[in-house]
Amino acid sequence: MHKISFSRKALGIPYVIFLMLFVVAPLFVLIYYAFTNGSGQPTLQNLTGFFSDPNTLGTLFYSFGIAMTTTLVCLLLAYPTAYILATSKLKGQSVIIMLFIMPMWINFSLRITALKEILTWIEGNLAYYPFLNAVIGMTYDFLPFMILPIYTTISKLDGALLEAARDLGADELTAFLKVTLPLSVPGIISGVSMVFLPAMTNYVVLDMLYNSTYIMGSLIGSYFAAYNWHGGSMIALILLAIICLFTLLTRGAEDENPRGGALL
Amino acid sequence: MRKSVKVLFIVFVMLFLYMPILMLALYSFTTATNIGALRGFSMHNYVTLFTTPELVSMIFGTLTLAIGASLIATVLGTIGAIGSFYSKKGMASAINTMNQVPVVNADVVTGFSICILLVVVLGVSKDTYIPLVIGHVTLCAPFVYLSVIPKLKQMDSSIYEAALDLGATPFTALVKIVLPQILSGILSGFALAITLSLDDYFIATYTKPATFDTISTYVVNATKGGQTTIKTALWALSTVIFVLVLLIVLFMNYQANKKSEGTETV
Repeated sequence: MHKISFSRKALGIPYVIFLMLFVVAPLFVLIYYAFTNGSGQPTLQNLTGFFSDPNTLGTLFYSFGIAMTTTLVCLLLAYPTAYILATSKLKGQSVIIMLFIMPMWINFSLRITALKEILTWIEGNLAYYPFLNAVIGMTYDFLPFMILPIYTTISKLDGALLEAARDLGADELTAFLKVTLPLSVPGIISGVSMVFLPAMTNYVVLDMLYNSTYIMGSLIGSYFAAYNWHGGSMIALILLAIICLFTLLTRGAEDENPRGGALL
Repeated sequence: MRKSVKVLFIVFVMLFLYMPILMLALYSFTTATNIGALRGFSMHNYVTLFTTPELVSMIFGTLTLAIGASLIATVLGTIGAIGSFYSKKGMASAINTMNQVPVVNADVVTGFSICILLVVVLGVSKDTYIPLVIGHVTLCAPFVYLSVIPKLKQMDSSIYEAALDLGATPFTALVKIVLPQILSGILSGFALAITLSLDDYFIATYTKPATFDTISTYVVNATKGGQTTIKTALWALSTVIFVLVLLIVLFMNYQANKKSEGTETV
């Protein structure tokens, strides 16, 4: 019996080795590079340099600005969409929600190309509204990732709770504010975590829409292009710190990761 | 909320998501090089797309990478999930935590860190495709793992024990009893891996050979250049992918409906 359970457990070994080599080891390499300079000496220069240079600090704030605006716009579009779809009793509901999720599966660079052509046609010159275009581009790219988790959470809600609220005299608005909204928070958090971070790092969306301002991801890209592994590693670590902070803050509150989408 | 307001809102969001793709699809059948003035009907973009060697090899390369990396990721993620499921709690949660890193991490960071480890520290040449494949497997395997684990938890473990009692070897029991019960998780994990690999830009950029392009890296570079024939051929590519995804979604939906109707009548 011992031998049997051992053989099943042993199946995990290749994957553990894989994760150690290509997930854990790269993190240690990042830490090493972030705190050394070109000649291998330990240094805090990369860290202090980032937080004392107005340019890089500006990049950090601009990234936050883009990410927060995008997250807010996504939420304002996604919540009502998810709510309407989850609470309607339409016949083709599953097809309609699929249509909102489907863009996830179309290559993002092609979708941004399409958006770029449309925006150029509407605005004449994309250079007039760099911030607005970045937010539109990010929203266009990430909206399905916000709709799906909120939709899933709302459609799983226990209808009896809403009935109880109505029986006890709550009107539609009160029932929504006191029952539906608080109970859909896990979906909102999942959605926010799916949108906020990519919006800080997906610099290709900005590049493609001719917004030359840097966000955090662009810094990694430019250090990479300049073979500056030390500077790039520090930016990667700072991003990792932001991710860790975010994960700790939302721990337990979010639903399963929605990147898996409707496939799971 | 009034019903008409709801419908208007849904239509507005739908238009936002689909107007660019549909406009591009419309213009891909014309000789136009910009959205705006509609010119004459033409299939030349589709001819260019499927006859330009550069474009064909880029599409072929993207698909090969996606299928290859997804197969490796599916095997690794699945055996990882089975191993983790039967491991002690401490080990299982250690695997879960490590598995979660690429899931929550920004792709830029994942790609960059793998590039540093393999290319800068270990000196593996990008031209070997090893960093690229490892990068994509690292991106995809954790999602396969995540889609197999719930199926293992739902599984009826007594059947496996019964098979052993009836004389099956653990390996036979695993293949004949466990695998069929988690197959749907493995398949959806594989499908997910394919979509993640196809959509990836950042990991490919940091790990790919200079002469190799995926759809994403190719499109991003092409938008910076001024070649209109390539640009409008990509409109055709976008349309082809849109139609393919639409067909797959409709088919899946049709299958799901058929299944749920079947269970209702039973």
